[in-house]
Amino acid sequence: MKALRATWTLFAKECRLEFRTRELLTATVVFSLIIIVFFSFAFDPTPAESRRYGPGLLWIAFFFAGSLMVNPSFAREQINDTLDALRMAPVPSFAVLSAKILANLLFLSIAEAILVPVFSVFYNVSLVGIVGRLILVLVLGTVGLVITGTVFSAISAHARMRELLLPVLLLPFLTPVLIAAVSTTISLFGDARELDRTWVTFLAGFDIVFLAASWILSDFLAEG
Amino acid sequence: MKARIPITLLVAALVFFGGFAGLFIAPDEATMHEIQRIFYFHVPLWTAMTLALSISCFSCIAWLVSRRATFDLLAVAGAEVGVLCCTGGLITGMLWGKPVWGIWWTWDARLTSTFVLWLLYISYLLLRELIEDPHRRATLSAVFGVFAYLDLPIVLLSTTLWRTQHPQPVLFGGPKSINHTMLMVFLLCMVAIVGVMILILIDRYRLERLRFELDELRVEIESREMDAQQLPAKQAVPGKELPAKGTA
Repeated sequence: MKALRATWTLFAKECRLEFRTRELLTATVVFSLIIIVFFSFAFDPTPAESRRYGPGLLWIAFFFAGSLMVNPSFAREQINDTLDALRMAPVPSFAVLSAKILANLLFLSIAEAILVPVFSVFYNVSLVGIVGRLILVLVLGTVGLVITGTVFSAISAHARMRELLLPVLLLPFLTPVLIAAVSTTISLFGDARELDRTWVTFLAGFDIVFLAASWILSDFLAEG
Repeated sequence: MKARIPITLLVAALVFFGGFAGLFIAPDEATMHEIQRIFYFHVPLWTAMTLALSISCFSCIAWLVSRRATFDLLAVAGAEVGVLCCTGGLITGMLWGKPVWGIWWTWDARLTSTFVLWLLYISYLLLRELIEDPHRRATLSAVFGVFAYLDLPIVLLSTTLWRTQHPQPVLFGGPKSINHTMLMVFLLCMVAIVGVMILILIDRYRLERLRFELDELRVEIESREMDAQQLPAKQAVPGKELPAKGTA
């Protein structure tokens, strides 16, 4: 119960920090928009090609933006040595980590909620009838991304060149999530508009495995 | 380390005989002929890599649990040798792929997952380079090491579900049986290449240990120098400064 309350307090702190300036959210949305627009310049896709390649584009935009977005979670705690304060606080280290995971999940979901409709308009991909299932895929993929992204941001926060190091650590690691999320989204956008259950289960499995691993290893992360 | 020279000579002899047997003694394979001989070097490299990376992962966990420096040094040695074997495996695979498949590279499940594995461990080594503090480097890279090792079966599963065209295993669970001479040559090459891997691993570990000891000595020298600078200041009582050299 105490851990839950601590997580909630820390989550509220993260939200307050972000919503005061909204700088992270704005930068993430604009960055993803640039990728989406650049894709159009680079490949000039027809509507059929958009349906085929759009999911890949969408997820690449989310992955790149997400890998940049999770970077400040721990890095900005170092400016005023607030990371030390968090470490000394009488709360479990997983509470600190999970508050940051939840905050990143919220921010990236907001960015996705803005970007998916924009993508659908720009590339003539209709979302009618698949919104619910698409949200499920987006949530499962994003959860996988933010869990590992937040853990790796705690690791890279202590390194030199951390802004560059984090995507280098994170993106190869997330290959399975990228493959699964893109494959499911392709099947959703396709003519059959079906949800590929194998990939959905796979995504859920990835999330569970790495949530458990983060829980087990969170004490070491806090100490590092 | 008196056994070092005989062991090195033994492994060198194994490599020589393994290489010779692989190239000249093993019978010609029915469909691929000479090209197939790379199999005697390609497959053992993967075995050596799996072993090296497993040692690395085990050492990461052992460091987190025990905090003994040995395990941290072993973790980096294992990862580095694993990357080396992986690079060798990828290159021999490409050399085989060009004449047999007609292409150097294809996005097949095994190839893709191996390449992702290579990238993961390169980034592990990069991470170690970029963290200054030794204790922090050991702990954080150990956490990453465990995550990376956990990710490997998931990457393999995802790419297998995605696509596969790599030849199926011939030794374990494969449909065809293997010629007896071929098997013997293969096992000889396996022992030779795993032997080379272990020799490099031990040398790499020793190098890392020397670096570690050097760092510790450096820290000690610095702390002694700082003490030496602070000491006169502590002893200096007003009116009773130490006499300057040559005036006493």
